[in-house]
Amino acid sequence: MGSLFRSEEMTLCQLFLQSEAAYACVSELGELGLVQFRDLNPDVNVFQRKFVNEVRRCDEMERKLRYLEKEIKKDGIPMLDTGESPEAPQPREMIDLEATFEKLENELREVNQNAEALKRNFLELTELKHILRKTQVFFDETVPTVSYNTSSSTATFKSRWRYGRRQMADNQNEDEQAQLLGEEAGVRASQPGQNLKLGFVAGVILRERLAAFERMLWRACRGNVFLRQAMIESPLEDPSNGDQVYKSVFIIFFQGDQLKTRVKKICEGFRATLYPCPEAPADRREMAMGVMTRIEDLNTVLGQTQDHRHRVLVAAAKNLKIVRKIKAIYHTLNLFNLDVTQKCLIAECWVPVLDIETIQLALRRGTERSGSSVPPILNRMQTFENPPTYNRTNKFTKAFQALIDAYGVASYREMNPAPYTIITFPFLFAVMFGDLGHGTLMALFGLWMIRKEKGLAAQKTTNEIWNIFFGGRYIIFLMGVFSMYTGLIYNDIFSKSLNIFGSHWHVNYNKTTVLNNKHLQLNPSTVDYEGEPYPFGMDPIWQVATANKIIFQNSYKMKISIILGVIHMIFGVSLSLHNHTYFKNRNAVLYEFIPQLVFLVMMFFYLALLMFIKWNRYAATNSPPYSAGCAPSILITFIDMVLGNTPKTPLEGCESYMYAGQSLFQSLFRFIALCCIPVMLLGKPLKIIQARRQANRQNLTGATSDAEVGMTNGTAGGGAGHGGGGDNHEEEELSEICIHQGIHTIEFVLGSVSHTASYLRLWALSLAHAQLAEVLWNMVLSIGLRQEGWTGGIMLTIVFAFWAILTIGILVLMEGLSAFLHTLRLHWVEFQSKFYKGTGYAFQPFAFDQIIENGGTPAVEGAE
Amino acid sequence: MVSPWLAPIIITAIWGFIGIICPFFARGPNKGVTQCCLMLVASTCWLFWLCCYMTQMNPLIGPKLTRNEILIIAREWGNPIKDQIDITYY
Repeated sequence: MGSLFRSEEMTLCQLFLQSEAAYACVSELGELGLVQFRDLNPDVNVFQRKFVNEVRRCDEMERKLRYLEKEIKKDGIPMLDTGESPEAPQPREMIDLEATFEKLENELREVNQNAEALKRNFLELTELKHILRKTQVFFDETVPTVSYNTSSSTATFKSRWRYGRRQMADNQNEDEQAQLLGEEAGVRASQPGQNLKLGFVAGVILRERLAAFERMLWRACRGNVFLRQAMIESPLEDPSNGDQVYKSVFIIFFQGDQLKTRVKKICEGFRATLYPCPEAPADRREMAMGVMTRIEDLNTVLGQTQDHRHRVLVAAAKNLKIVRKIKAIYHTLNLFNLDVTQKCLIAECWVPVLDIETIQLALRRGTERSGSSVPPILNRMQTFENPPTYNRTNKFTKAFQALIDAYGVASYREMNPAPYTIITFPFLFAVMFGDLGHGTLMALFGLWMIRKEKGLAAQKTTNEIWNIFFGGRYIIFLMGVFSMYTGLIYNDIFSKSLNIFGSHWHVNYNKTTVLNNKHLQLNPSTVDYEGEPYPFGMDPIWQVATANKIIFQNSYKMKISIILGVIHMIFGVSLSLHNHTYFKNRNAVLYEFIPQLVFLVMMFFYLALLMFIKWNRYAATNSPPYSAGCAPSILITFIDMVLGNTPKTPLEGCESYMYAGQSLFQSLFRFIALCCIPVMLLGKPLKIIQARRQANRQNLTGATSDAEVGMTNGTAGGGAGHGGGGDNHEEEELSEICIHQGIHTIEFVLGSVSHTASYLRLWALSLAHAQLAEVLWNMVLSIGLRQEGWTGGIMLTIVFAFWAILTIGILVLMEGLSAFLHTLRLHWVEFQSKFYKGTGYAFQPFAFDQIIENGGTPAVEGAE
Repeated sequence: MVSPWLAPIIITAIWGFIGIICPFFARGPNKGVTQCCLMLVASTCWLFWLCCYMTQMNPLIGPKLTRNEILIIAREWGNPIKDQIDITYY
């Protein structure tokens, strides 16, 4: 048998490890990931275990590494995930590691501080640079105005002299401005010795504060200052939090010391930074040069600091995995027992039998690495405990196994439905989702995920919905492919049909017939029908015949739902035979499997058979007993069969039975099926009672040991009746068995009816899907197709977009999801209830890969 | 005129090949699962085709078509209506 059909055979092993070699051995086993350790000191507090100290040190290291990681993420350095994971270091290297991390952390903090200072410096210099550049413009434009103003102000003076107060209504603002600047400059120009000097300050302020700042200045200085501002176009980085901020350069001209202090205070209040700005253009130029060179220098320094930081961080990123490994190893070592002599650690673990060799090899490697001379000992133990269930899956089968495990992990060595589900799941899905177009879309999506598998898997996202889709990529692909096939059979592509082989129905009407009748129904008994069906799938004419398409397809789809359902259930029951024979449960084969199978075949497979008989026997071309009008309803026939009714008298010339002797066969089948019920109900309990009586008799007479009888008794009957253990105990057990069996029987008999009906969901969903697709076509896309001319083109584009969105959103995604869930139910309830217990627990090996992926939380509670 | 049995035989042969012959060529560590999948694919797909084929083998009813549909079929699928008329659809 293949690997996936049953879970792996497991065995409990005892492991004796030399204290020195234990660490290296566990490390090797962690790389291997095939061993599940059991907690041997469950009653010992977590804080009292042997290696608590080491775990704590690892925690401390992890904290430091987390800090480093945060810094790495902040810098946007890609953490090189090469896929390879370095081996866990020796325990003695832990001190070195600790020291390294300590150093790294300190270094990083220092680097960060330095970098911040440097950045602040850099910001100041850039601001100064901008000030110098912008103010240059101000000065440049003021110089000519100054000269202009000089002349104009002298002109005004002159005019004032001349015209007295005639021009009082002069523009106030212009006048003021002219006075503020011009007069002073004029005065300065005319009287250089005077100390009435126009002072100015220059600085940088956040842009959003500028308006308020300006207003404040105006009010506080009563309009006696002159402010010019210019925006700095490029955003500057705030060194304290790394935000990008926009700032503006301003320059304020004022007169006198009083105003100067006032202006400075306002600047302080608005957190504007002031910079010295020399007055003479030559000085400014010189300063600008100096600033530029300093910026250049700082840039190189900053670059070097960044590089250094980068190097430090990259070095740290590698170590993250190592520490997690060390921690996991110590957690595992904490599960071990100490030998009396304190020289040896004892572990108990579940191991797949097939892998014992590999594990031995790994242990030997570990011993060699640690330099210990005493080899570790791996002992197989006998146990009555239930071993864990371990299914070896690959990337393809994993998703299907997950579907099964979501219902319940298989009992140990039970038949695993997963390999059958690989095909039956997409198939039953496709019966409901049968549409070539939608199936293609789904298959292409699945194929894309499979093709880009590595790239998509590498970029780990936390987006849950995407992860679900990506995890099920093979399921999606197969569902899509099967939907394409069923879509071809249904001859349904976006609710239209493909006429590949040429329809086998023909229109043979003449002009007048066509024009005089609103509806015409083709007659299958005439030349309208070729006499043999369309070779592959549904005849395309049915998709066209909107008047009675649904009537025809309903009868077809209902029938296939029942046929597929009955076969699926019989398949499930047959799988239970494999379980019974494997567990050598002869009673279950005789009194469970056989009656169940007979019951299903006699009632429900016969129902499916009737459908084939009806398809085969009744035709429109036949003469009365088997003509179209005489065809009986299968549902009524089946109900009559179950209830034992005689069928109603048929129409003239028809017969009430489909074949000779049908009545006899049906009552025979009904009788056999009914006989199966008491066999299912009583067979097993009676057999157990018999076995126990025999055991008791042997007990009284024979010298066989109690224990042995108890053992055989236990394995045969499922209960544990130790010889002479008292009748009371046995009676109790027996009543339990009887009740259990009763429930099981009722469940099966009633279940087979309801489960068969449940498969009708295949028909219902398929009908709903086809109808939705048709409605979408008629209501949306056909509107666009009906328009003509160039407006029609535009209209069609818009309508098509709308139609495409609805197709993907509703028909593929939502309908797909609903069909998926119904398929899941059909598998979990209708199929698996026939053979699957699912009461096991999963094998959770100690594996580094998983621990690192889960973010370093080792599964300590694995054994529980 | 091709035999009416030709199409069913071809399709059955294809699925039979996939379901019966192909499993013998399965190799590798997952041989059992591959074989199981091939057989299940063939049996499910063949059964699905068979049901569809048998439903149409002896049809009890014929498709009911509106005037439009008849005229469109007559024009597009090439069985023109007797005593020629100008086909316009509306």
